[in-house]
Amino acid sequence: MMATRTATQLNPVGWLVIPALACALASVLLAVPVKVLGLQAPEPIFALVPAFAWPIVRPSAIAPFLLLGLGLFMDALWGARLGLWPIGLIATHAATLALRRVLVAQDVWSMGLAYAAGCALCFAVATLLSAGRSGEWPNLIAVGLQFVISVALFPLTWRLIERFEDADVRFR
Amino acid sequence: MSLRDGPFGDFRLQLIWVALAAAALAILIAAVVFFGRGGRADDVVRPDRAVATPPLGAAGAVTAAPVRWTGDVLGYGRDYLFAASQNHQLRADLAATQSLKDDVLRLQAENDRLRALLGVRTNPPIPTQAARTVLDARGPFANTRIADAGADKGVIEGNPVLSEHGLVGRVIGVAAHASRIMLLTDLESRVPVMTPRTNGRALLTGDGGPSPKLDYLRTHDAPRVGDRVLTSGDGGVLPRGLPVGSVVHGWDGSWRVSLDSDAAPIDYVRILLFHDFSQVSAASALAPSVLPPTVTGVQAPASSQPPSAIAAPRNAVTAPPRQAAP
Repeated sequence: MMATRTATQLNPVGWLVIPALACALASVLLAVPVKVLGLQAPEPIFALVPAFAWPIVRPSAIAPFLLLGLGLFMDALWGARLGLWPIGLIATHAATLALRRVLVAQDVWSMGLAYAAGCALCFAVATLLSAGRSGEWPNLIAVGLQFVISVALFPLTWRLIERFEDADVRFR
Repeated sequence: MSLRDGPFGDFRLQLIWVALAAAALAILIAAVVFFGRGGRADDVVRPDRAVATPPLGAAGAVTAAPVRWTGDVLGYGRDYLFAASQNHQLRADLAATQSLKDDVLRLQAENDRLRALLGVRTNPPIPTQAARTVLDARGPFANTRIADAGADKGVIEGNPVLSEHGLVGRVIGVAAHASRIMLLTDLESRVPVMTPRTNGRALLTGDGGPSPKLDYLRTHDAPRVGDRVLTSGDGGVLPRGLPVGSVVHGWDGSWRVSLDSDAAPIDYVRILLFHDFSQVSAASALAPSVLPPTVTGVQAPASSQPPSAIAAPRNAVTAPPRQAAP
């Protein structure tokens, strides 16, 4: 009885709140202006990890609002227009949620490709919104570099999915 | 009758549809925030991009401190280990500087004489405020920094920011003890610039990459790679003549600018406390002066005359009233 209860419950602090706080903290740490061997620290979009992983773990009504808060925090941190990153992150989240039945239980390579596609969607949305508001297309090389760095976070995404994928038996 | 006994008693909404509806609502809120806030693209002050500057400035100071301390310790160790070689290098530099010092003094004296001869009036120095950058955004969609000097140091929105090499950007938001700087590489940065060789004008347009573009280039002579680029002062947002960089040919065929400020890390900056062009002009020249006496015979009503016209000198000669034609 006890085992069944623990298997069916998924603590929202563990799979929602802590990853969101970790993403915010990592973003702040990498915003420190420091150069190592003449190179600046990369600036990946850490929030893409939960934006993709959360709908794979299970559908949630709280997750989009956490992404909204996380995206607004990133906008405030980086000085971007408020609302830019929330739209991109929630677009990725919604697309992953819509394709959840296809994506669940896929192997690591398929999941990696899907994650890269989700990142591409987020960057495409951010690029279009920025170009629309400023009248200038962002430098595509810079966009590509940030996209590649963000895709490189896939091991964290895979770890988050594996950690909580089977935690709630109703969504296996 | 409970709800379960009603016609919708067996109705169950799948969680995935609830989650999708929540996502739609969240994205709607984000869209309202994105499209509903903010000024026009040509505004100098961007309050929508400068929110949360005070707490982030404090957080950046905290997170940057260990990195700075580590850098100081490493620098101390490096100085200790390489003291002998640095000593030799410094002696050589000092010997080379002695001759340069004589040249500088000679050129300075010559420059002063020529300025006096030509009657050139140099602009008065603009006060500056030193600051340290504590947070840095480097992505393609936003290139901003947070500096640890704010309204308490006299910083206001629009102030130009320079490193020791050249223009870095300008202030777009100010809090009590911190300010946000929009770099020249930011997607929304627009700075009027000029090339002194051709006196050509252009608009330096950031695109999130390392080298901003020269848009709306207007010049009789085509720019050349290596041409110096300075601020033109057009529009009155920035003072004229601040060093920006040099012209390069971009990968996309457009003229771009390699920024001087990229020559070194932008950790310490100078914020020019520049308000408007009245600062860089002689105040006496802009003060209301006595206007020449009127030459028309028609007397304007006293209430419509400017104060300077009313305060005409006592010995001013006014023209006699014109005689009416027969």
